[in-house]
Parts: sequence; structure tokens; C-alpha cells
Amino acid sequence: MLDVLLGSLGELISPSSAAYALAAIGLGIHFGYSGLLNFGQAGFMAIGAYGFAVFTSLVDPTATWGWPPLLSLLAATLVGVAASVVFALILGIPTLRLRGDYLAIVTIAAAEIVRYVARTQDLTDVTGGSQGIRGNQFKGDIQAVNDGFLDLPTGTWYTVVSWALVVVAIVVVWGIMRSPWGRVVKGIREDEDAVRSLGKNVYAYKMQALVLGGVMGAVAGILLVFPRSVQADGFATILTFNVWTALLLGGAATVLGPVLGGVLFWFLLSFVRGVIGELHTLGVFGSTTATQAGQLAFVFVGLALIALVVFRPQGVMGNKKELSFNV
Amino acid sequence: MSSPTKTHPLVQGEVGPGCAKVDPIVVADAVKRQFGGLTAVDVAHLEIPRGAITALIGPNGAGKTTFFNLLTGFDKPNEGTWSFEGSSLAGVPAYKVARRGMVRTFQLTKSLGRLTVLQNMLLGATGQRGERFGSAFWSFLWRKQENENTVRADDLLARFKLDAKREDFAASLSGGQRKLLEMARALMSKPTLVMLDEPMAGVNPALTQSLLDHVLGLKADGMSVLFVEHDMHMVRHISDWVIVMAEGKVVAEGPPESIMQDQAVVDAYLGAHHDTDLGTLTNQQVRQIEQEAAQELDEVQATREEDKA
Repeated sequence: MLDVLLGSLGELISPSSAAYALAAIGLGIHFGYSGLLNFGQAGFMAIGAYGFAVFTSLVDPTATWGWPPLLSLLAATLVGVAASVVFALILGIPTLRLRGDYLAIVTIAAAEIVRYVARTQDLTDVTGGSQGIRGNQFKGDIQAVNDGFLDLPTGTWYTVVSWALVVVAIVVVWGIMRSPWGRVVKGIREDEDAVRSLGKNVYAYKMQALVLGGVMGAVAGILLVFPRSVQADGFATILTFNVWTALLLGGAATVLGPVLGGVLFWFLLSFVRGVIGELHTLGVFGSTTATQAGQLAFVFVGLALIALVVFRPQGVMGNKKELSFNV
Repeated sequence: MSSPTKTHPLVQGEVGPGCAKVDPIVVADAVKRQFGGLTAVDVAHLEIPRGAITALIGPNGAGKTTFFNLLTGFDKPNEGTWSFEGSSLAGVPAYKVARRGMVRTFQLTKSLGRLTVLQNMLLGATGQRGERFGSAFWSFLWRKQENENTVRADDLLARFKLDAKREDFAASLSGGQRKLLEMARALMSKPTLVMLDEPMAGVNPALTQSLLDHVLGLKADGMSVLFVEHDMHMVRHISDWVIVMAEGKVVAEGPPESIMQDQAVVDAYLGAHHDTDLGTLTNQQVRQIEQEAAQELDEVQATREEDKA
């Protein structure tokens, strides 16, 4: 049991929980501050991850043109980010003039379109189809950057990079949300027409918020694939909902809430999984296979989410007066 | 049928529906808005005087609020043109209308509940550098302007007696205070025309008086005011000019004293008993009510006795 707890505590600072935290920070800009219902954060993450991995595996500037690995790394990240900006514009231009629900419908559908396109057979040469892109095809640069610089073990290196980016995102959100710009988007969350009547271009602000949160989602997608390979099915709708859970767990309209939520979510998930695994070896679940028993973890996460909604709707760090589920 | 006053200092020529003003701030021509088969607004010509308080009255469904929405860019007409301070506003989006100095409030108050009262106020200021995405992060670019705006917001809050609520969320304000906040917030943008949609709706009598004073204060500060209101007390006491709409059309306009006597207005809106005060009863009415009550009591007792028998 202690092993399970220690293993789960290790998850607290894993690159994956950093990726969740960053995706949740981006979603927090959308929903928590601007009131945009983005149900396709997994789509933004997929766009970022594929942009990065496809660029590195196909173009590979380090090998092709002899670029320094750091430059190639930055270029690949930029490709992922630029792709997510385009994605945000495509989603936002038709929907942000309409009522909030339309964005929700369009984003959830668009995220699925991205996933199906990525895993389609015809694009195997580019995206690897359902096989995805193997780690060694896109991790050369980031490992090369480590080699001459800090020489950390690979896992630690990913952790350092991931959390450094999370800290940058925290500073950006803190800085921008205390500004008049942040005040306008919070006003839009409360009542668009009122903000419009005060002479603000609501459409432009919503677009800026969608792009900013989407870019953070894209970077989170890149972080998510560093410790593994790029798999289209890793960016399914369930990922979006997990990020939402993390966001609401921490507190939507807070700077540190999404981070705490992302970390807590990963800890709880792996802890419950570990406990179920232990119980399974003891034969508690009878003839059920280990994989099936493992799925029970999501049942408990679901129950925890219900308890959260009932007892602490504003999240762990949220201010009940400012934001709760009742929006 | 005709109003007793034929000329008026605000009017060029003769008083009547659609008459030309000496110095109009808004001029609307052939503005028409249809919802399916229903024509909500069909205004042939209307001019709103500058530097005056103009009331827009009319029965429910007369198209007053729709006309408000059209003028401020919150709704688009099927046809028509209108201009504000000489430049056309047709097809201009709502936020640009507000930036030109024509600011509105809403019938159902739109205070931003989960922002503090001060944040609500600061949102009203125009031309803020910190509202641009590129400069938002760098507080040294906007701090000075923000401080200036805060000073102005505090002045206005003190004037509207909301200064004690400065740091509270706007959701915690009472209905009347929200009306005040909305008006104060609109003033942050230094407008030239303030458009108030039913400022008195749901406001208690004590607050009514201070709201009236605030509206008069707007005029004293050189702003023009256009308001929609059902409260005849307000219309009578503070407006310089009254425009009456019915079924989407302007049916009458004139100064408040004469418009109240206009037969068309009485028929369409006020009703024949609009001058009767329902609050106090004359001795004769009291006696009549007592007689009727006694009569009913007798009847009830009579039927009961019949039931027994």
C-alpha cells in the first residue's frame, strides 16, 4: 500500500500532470475568465502535439540543414503553436458571434475531426495513422538540448522543462488577468451585451482569449507526448473531460487552481488505480481481469467529481462568490 | 386633438409628430423593423433635441425598446437610416456606437455580478491602453492611466452614493443600487447622449428622487438624455420633451405639459383617468364603499338563512 502511495506521489510532479495543469490553465482562460465553453481542449492538444512531432519527423532541420537542436526544438514548438492559432481562428470566426453553446458544440466536434484525420490510413506517411508517431522520431532535439546543457536523466529533464513552462503560463495568466484586458474578458463572462454597450469589441476579446488558451493547450499537448509516443487515440474526448475535471477541481477562475487541479487529478487517478490493482491481486474482484478492474478508477473519479459539485462547487481554491458551477 | 402649444424653443417650425428640432443630436429616417409579419418599429422621421431630456413613452409593445436597440446597434433594422451628431450610424456595431458617445443602459440591469463595483466602473472608461492584448501584461504601460480612471470612478461612486460598496461584488447590490451603478458606469465613458431604458423600473420611492436628480445632473453637465419610462411622475417632472410611440409609430410629441392633454396620447396610452390619484379616497368614495359592503353583508346573511331553512 505504501508503494502505491509513493508511486502516486511521484505522479504529482510528472510531466503528464504538468501537461494536464497547463491544459487546464488554458481552459481556465477560456471558461473561468472569459466564459467560453471550449469542449475541444483535446483537439488543441492534438494539434500542438502533431504539429510538433510531424514537423520534427518529416522536416527534421537538425539532420537536414544542420540547425542547432535548440533552434529546431523552438521551430517545431512554433509550428505546433501556429497550427493551434489557425485552429482557434477556424473555430472562433463562425461561432464567437453566436451564443456560447455553439462554441461548445463546434469545439467538441472539431476535436474529434482532428483525431480522426490524424489516424486516417491515407495520412500514414505524415501522422503515422493509427500507429502514431514513435518517440524516437521526434525526441532527438529535446534530448540533444539536454545533453550538452544539464545532462539530467531523461525523465527528470522532461519534468524540469514541463514545469518551467507551467510556471511561465502561471506568470502570464497572473499578469494578464489583473490588467484591464482581464477585466474586459471577465465582464464578457458576466454579460456580453453590457460590455458591448461600454464600447468594447467583444468579438475580438473572445477571439484573443480563445487563441491564448488554445496555444497553452497546444503546448500542453507537446508536453503530454514527451514521455510517450504520439497516438491519435490519446487525444480522445475523455482527455478534454479530464482536463475539465482538473480545472473544476482546482477552481476555474483562479491562477493556481488549474495547476493544483491537474496535479491532484493525476495523483488521485493513479492512487485509486494502484489501490484497485492491489485489491485485484488479493482477488477482491473475482474473475474480473486487471484491466477491467482498472477501469473502476474512473468510476471513483466520477464519484469524486459529483461530491465536488455538491460540496465545493467553486473548486479547491475558488471563491464561491466569483465562480462556481452555477454559471 | 391638437396640442395647445404651436411653437417651442426646441423646435424649428410647428410642433407635431416628426417635427424638426433647432439642434438635433439624433435624426432617424424611415427606420423600420419587422419580426415576421409584425412591424415593431416604423418611424418615418424623428429628431431628438440636443442638451435636453427627452422621454420616450408609449404602451407596452409600442416598439420603444426595439427602437432603442436599433439606434444603439444592438439590433438591425430592415430598412432606414439614422445619424448621430451628423454622422450616419446605420450598420455600425454596438461597441462603435458607444465609442462615439452614445451610451445606453438596459431595462433589465446588466451589472456584472462577479466583478466588484469598482471594476464595473473602470470597465466603462474608454481608450484604455491596458485593454489591448499586447500591452496588458506590462503594467507600467497602463498603471498611470488606470490610477487616473480610478480617481474618476471614485468621484462618480461618491456622487451616486455607492462609494461604501466599492470593493463589493456587484451581485450583492440591491436592484436600485444596480440601476445607479449602471448609470454611473455609463458616465465613465464621458458620453454626449445617455440613453436610459426604464431607469425607474423597480426602484423604491426614496431612491426615485435621487435618480431623478442624477438624470437632471446629466443635463446640467451638458449631456443629452433619452429615456424610456412608464413612470408619468418622472416624465412630467424632468423631461423637456416627450415623444409618444404606439404600434411602432411616433404618434405625438411635444412638451410634457401639453402632451398629457393630447387626446391621441390619452387614448393610446394614458387612459381617461390618468390624473386620478388612486392613493387617497374622497369622503364620498368612502361612504359609497361602506354602503356597498353593508349591502353585500346583508345579501350573504340572507343566503345563509335560506340555506338553514
